[in-house]
Amino acid sequence: MQKFEYASPTTKEQAVALLGKSWGETEVLAGGTDLLSLMKDFIVTPKRVVNIKGIAELSLIRMPRNGSANIGALVTIEQLIDTLGRGFPAITDAAKGITSPQIRNMGTVGGDLLQRPRCWYYRAGFGLLPKGENGEPLVANGDNRYHAILGNDGEAKFVNPSSLAPALIALNAKIKIFGPAGGREVAADKFFVAPRSDSDREYTLEPNEIVMGISIPPTLGVRSATYEVRQKEALDWPLAAASVALTLDAAKKVKAARIALGHVAPTPWLAEAAAEYLTGKTINEDVAAEAGKIALAGAKPLSRNAYKVQLARVAVKRAILQAAG
Amino acid sequence: MCIVSVISVISVAKNVCPNLVWSDLEAKKSMKLNFRVNGVEREIDAPPMKRLLDALREDLRLTGTKEGCGEGECGACSVIVDGEALNSCLAPVCQMQNANIITVEGLARDGKLDPLQQAFLECGAAQCGICTPGMLIAARALLDANRRPSRDEIKEAIAGNLCRCTGYVKIIDAIEQAASAA
Repeated sequence: MQKFEYASPTTKEQAVALLGKSWGETEVLAGGTDLLSLMKDFIVTPKRVVNIKGIAELSLIRMPRNGSANIGALVTIEQLIDTLGRGFPAITDAAKGITSPQIRNMGTVGGDLLQRPRCWYYRAGFGLLPKGENGEPLVANGDNRYHAILGNDGEAKFVNPSSLAPALIALNAKIKIFGPAGGREVAADKFFVAPRSDSDREYTLEPNEIVMGISIPPTLGVRSATYEVRQKEALDWPLAAASVALTLDAAKKVKAARIALGHVAPTPWLAEAAAEYLTGKTINEDVAAEAGKIALAGAKPLSRNAYKVQLARVAVKRAILQAAG
Repeated sequence: MCIVSVISVISVAKNVCPNLVWSDLEAKKSMKLNFRVNGVEREIDAPPMKRLLDALREDLRLTGTKEGCGEGECGACSVIVDGEALNSCLAPVCQMQNANIITVEGLARDGKLDPLQQAFLECGAAQCGICTPGMLIAARALLDANRRPSRDEIKEAIAGNLCRCTGYVKIIDAIEQAASAA
């Protein structure tokens, strides 16, 4: 690691005052599971590190009786699973997929959203938009078996690594942000962006803002699920994941649906046409499979990842069936 | 590869003004940390991002905790902090102020092995041994929270611990035996 300065503020106001106006100079430390690895490998080389673990209000979970929830950014994944119980299956399904137990005890909700891409070119130091010596794109010509199959027209070909983001998007959650001008909220589906340069980030956060937590609107009557397709059961990120939230009417027909995919695009991917297709239908295996096909209709696999298209279709299908029960 | 270099630390005083800026702060090379390891109060002076793993092995000479992958995948470095198993290779020591830490050295009491250690011995649950301290710690954290875990719960609890000799069956047997003996 290179030399850096360190501070451990105890309020969010102190924390944001310590952050800089551009990315790269200052990094925020919470659970540490990503930052420590990035610093050891010189992928990020901050001059300053701000430990926000001492900001007590960011560790709280509030769950009013109307089925809504406010989850602080510093809540660990294990605490999230223990506290949410059965009310938010899309989130708990996704959280249980985060492995190992040790990582779930350290890793935080905010850190899951803000972890940097797992793209092996990025992790090997070739940048977010990896290029070779002559400026040639490395991912499109290289080993792209785990890369994006949707939203990959631009230079960003990595997949968003967050486990919780698709579930939060399906449940219409908001990301609560704090900066020098005070608090603001962004819908979870608007929080992530595909970066256009190596110095951009994968989210709309400003360099001097922190994520305070997540606010989930009332979910009473909402059936939800997350289904992940994995190469291994433990210690890896999914190859494809889908989160679904459904509201059914008295005749068990779909009144409203939201579907979001993970690990298929540089951002979590909202499958609006597939959700629209479900509306008014009774869920069965054929309907769920058709929704999966619609969700992947625009997929443009790279040279080595066409297999992910089928995995993602199946993830959508199984998440819908699981949510409908 | 971790090269922990000398870093300048800024300690934030308890009663600082809300609009704290870096230049107001006093820079230091390292920070004083107090925590309890295996029931003993310890104090070390360390750079804030030093890994708990290195603080245990180098500063406190507790070399029972092993480094495997150094990336949070293998679990060889597992320790229990405030009741929860975590990867000490990913834990910056600055977050350990006042923590209660149990390492593999803290499992045996008064010269008597922990029931888990005894069961590992009896079941032949160690081959090369590099994963054993982490396995014991993950199992201890499990049994502290759940006295009679199912085989599936045992597998889940050690899902973050790799055994490169693939001796999982005997490890699971040993944890089951220790749980039933308790």
